[in-house]
Amino acid sequence: MAGVSEDIEEGSEEEMEAMTAGEVLQKLEEAWLNEKFSPELLEIKSDLVECMLDQIKEMEENIKRAKKGDFKVSLHRMEIDRIRFVISSYLRLRLEKIEQNTAHILEVERQRSDEETPHLTPEEHTYAKEYLENMEGHFKGIALRHMPPNLQTLDPKQTVIRPNLDSYIFLKVNENTEGVLVEEETQEAREEVVDLEAGDQHIMRYRPVAPLVSSGAVSLI
Amino acid sequence: MFGEKALELIRELHRSRDTSLPPFNEDGIRQVLEEMRALFEQNQKDVSATVAGEVGLFSGVQLRHAALERNKRCLLAYLYSRLQSMRNMRWEFGSVLPQEIKYNLSEQEIQWFNKYNKSLANYMRSIGGDGGLDLTQDIKPPKTLYIEVRCLVDHGEFETQDGNVIVLKKNSQHFILRSECEHLIRQGILEHIVH
Repeated sequence: MAGVSEDIEEGSEEEMEAMTAGEVLQKLEEAWLNEKFSPELLEIKSDLVECMLDQIKEMEENIKRAKKGDFKVSLHRMEIDRIRFVISSYLRLRLEKIEQNTAHILEVERQRSDEETPHLTPEEHTYAKEYLENMEGHFKGIALRHMPPNLQTLDPKQTVIRPNLDSYIFLKVNENTEGVLVEEETQEAREEVVDLEAGDQHIMRYRPVAPLVSSGAVSLI
Repeated sequence: MFGEKALELIRELHRSRDTSLPPFNEDGIRQVLEEMRALFEQNQKDVSATVAGEVGLFSGVQLRHAALERNKRCLLAYLYSRLQSMRNMRWEFGSVLPQEIKYNLSEQEIQWFNKYNKSLANYMRSIGGDGGLDLTQDIKPPKTLYIEVRCLVDHGEFETQDGNVIVLKKNSQHFILRSECEHLIRQGILEHIVH
């Protein structure tokens, strides 16, 4: 959230606080499911994560102050466990994707323009770079170094694992969206355009709806 | 046949995918690299001969090049697959590997593991900004707050969040907060009793 003019930030920060904790948790769960079912690494929702971590801290404080044997304590503890699970799972899913598609993700971030928000947190970015370095260093040290000179490098075209954006996903529609281009016109088929109505559920390829996932118009289920 | 030794390495891993990681096959790797060296040298000779005017050597060069690429691919697959197993072990067992497993790793693999550990620890510490969040906990969605566990080995005393002290004697059963004993269950000290 750095580097943007204060005036604009103020507005959105107020909006953030105007959401109840319950709403934030719901948005986090949505982000978590999107991340789980999307083949690519989505934009990190740091504010949601931080907000819920703060919530957990507050609830733990409340528990400490509560009377021993109070029923509310158990409920709070269960809620804390659940929230912590969602946050952990969300961040774990991201780490798994980072480890699977390291080179690809770093390449995408390098090519991202300065106005777009990065999909990785600075810490995730560091983690990705360290992971790639560790991996490549290992291969070089044990194997590549001892190979014939023309085979000592790794050809990115052969080694980089890219996410399959054409995999099929289930989605539910949040906002009416018209004119989604699902299949492009080829020699064999006409182009296929669909209108998505709020409340509908579909199964389709991820690629055409990727921008709709980012904007929140659809959610993956 | 070219590439036999490399295939053997892959088979070794495939055979052991349900059991623990086999010892690092330093010998096998060395043999594959030697075969690659021999193939390359032969190819260099053939290329010079072709430049000098000899014909009919091209298919041989192609075959050897294909074998070289195959060996490289198998070798990298072997190494990568082992690293993946080690990575999964970090998430299952924690940052200290059991001695039997460490025994089967090469020096460089242990170094890789330490670097991975450090990188992961730094990342987890940075989450949230107040000491961080241990992502290796809470692997499964929480179903209940307390769970019944049986102690499998003597583990001495254990202090719960409330301040109660439980004696973890072998075969004793306890009713503990799930979040407190998850790591003991993964280590094999406690066993979750499911009715």
